Amino acid sequence: MTERAVRDEAAGLLRAFEARGAVRIEADILQPAETLLDLYGEDIRARAYVTADPLRGEAMLRPDFTVPVVQMHLAGGDGTARYTYSGKVFRKQPDADRPVEYEQVGYELFGGEGRAAADAEVFAAFHALLAPRGLVPATGDIGLIRAAVLGLRTSEIRKRALLRHLWRPRRFRALIDRYRLARPAPQPVGAPGSPEIGLRSRAEIDARLAALAADAGVPPLSAGEAELLDAILGLKEASGMVLSHLRDIAVDMPAIRDAVTGFEARLAALDAAGIDAADVPFEASYGRTTLEYYDGFVFGFVASGRPDLPAVATGGRYDTLTRALGGSDNAASVGGVVRPGLLVELAP
Amino acid sequence: MTLKLGIPSKGRLMEKTFDWFGARGVEMRTAGSGREYVAKAGVEGLELVLLAAGEIPRELGAGRIHLGVTGMDVVQDRLAHWDMQVKELARLGFGHADLIIAVPDFWADVSTLHDLDAAAAAFRAAHGHRLRIATKYHRLVREFLRDQGVADYALVDSQGATEGTVRNLTAEAVADITSTGETLRANHLRPLDDGVILKSQAVLYKSRAADWSGDARDRLSALLDRIGLGSG
Repeated sequence: MTERAVRDEAAGLLRAFEARGAVRIEADILQPAETLLDLYGEDIRARAYVTADPLRGEAMLRPDFTVPVVQMHLAGGDGTARYTYSGKVFRKQPDADRPVEYEQVGYELFGGEGRAAADAEVFAAFHALLAPRGLVPATGDIGLIRAAVLGLRTSEIRKRALLRHLWRPRRFRALIDRYRLARPAPQPVGAPGSPEIGLRSRAEIDARLAALAADAGVPPLSAGEAELLDAILGLKEASGMVLSHLRDIAVDMPAIRDAVTGFEARLAALDAAGIDAADVPFEASYGRTTLEYYDGFVFGFVASGRPDLPAVATGGRYDTLTRALGGSDNAASVGGVVRPGLLVELAP
Repeated sequence: MTLKLGIPSKGRLMEKTFDWFGARGVEMRTAGSGREYVAKAGVEGLELVLLAAGEIPRELGAGRIHLGVTGMDVVQDRLAHWDMQVKELARLGFGHADLIIAVPDFWADVSTLHDLDAAAAAFRAAHGHRLRIATKYHRLVREFLRDQGVADYALVDSQGATEGTVRNLTAEAVADITSTGETLRANHLRPLDDGVILKSQAVLYKSRAADWSGDARDRLSALLDRIGLGSG
């Protein structure tokens, strides 16, 4: 695989996205580390190359384009806009055989004509480029899982704790198991009279002790509800079949009705974009471990028969990230990236 | 070719290393004048290299020494895929220390990682920044907390006097090595019940990257026979 072939491939993808109305933009390779650390936490240090500048502080070689693209968009107002870009990203890999710098070409849509239409527009843009090359789509919906959690008959505090750990399936599962059992009120620990040191104050500790005492009075999560949540998390079928399962589940869990309506509207929008939506594979847990800033529709395109390769394209909705960076409450953001290097590698 | 063995250059770790080898028929002693970093082993073809314990992992990884004695904690923290770079030949039974996470003792609501995670979420909401954990073991601590699904924390670097960081308001919790817990208690800190990241001790490591050609391999076999480890 030559650099030249990858650049040619990237240029072709850029032109295709421009043809869909996207404006071409650039982003700096060195990004301030603080913003990325605040958004992603310590995990980003395990993935991104961090470097230090005596004047500017810590910087990272961009691990992706999302944050600089959102910042650029917000700096120029918060209306409907479509962008495309191409360039290298830098990521540490667990495995010495995988490249640590590689080309990405992206397409991002802000605003748009409603959720379903925006999700469908972005998915269709990638589908048009990648389906003809034999790549297989995968889709998921973090918004559906969020709705299911919000629909549990339990306290707001427990729901918030579960939502916070949507992207950490192990802790999420531990929390569900914890909430399934009746809990005694906790006994304070530590020696009485230990000096109060550090920024975390006595008032904060008392507040959490009070919250724990209140939590002990919350009835355990019922087996039925835990099963419904598992049923949703375990959904893995063609989208058309998933829709009918979701309608059944919504009878027992009315809280997901809006999310199911949104799911149906997205399938309709995909149909309108010329994609046979009922056949598109859907997996409810898709994106829960690898695509941590997505909070709604998520998608990927993979080479079937090549489990050794990462997804050729990934994308999804990230409204919360845009809001965290200063976007308005109705900020809508959907986008994705393709790795042209993998397309070249897969070319016959 | 001489076999290079990296050993800690000062203090109890060096003495214990000398004792361990001495008890197995390999005499080691410092040579030269008092402060000169030179040591000799009473075995033909074995050269001792005195190094800071924290630098021995790097030297093993680069293959500049064939063997090294240092703590599991520094090897596992400093070397990526440490088991592909070095091989444990023997656990030496000294230098015991646990890498643990500790919080202020007066945090009456926190005794587990679950509590720490929940406290971190509330702390971030209240203070506008992540709960800071001071450590010098960045890789081990980050991997442990990621595996355990703890969020809303940030690691801050502390290369010494880590137990003092909470009082000095540069961190809210610490992740550090402790053997008796004495220093933690003196600084009003308490380990989490389930926060043991690693139970460390001194280990004799073999570098996989070192030059094992010529008679290096034979010299290693002879040394291992002599100290009762058979052929490694």
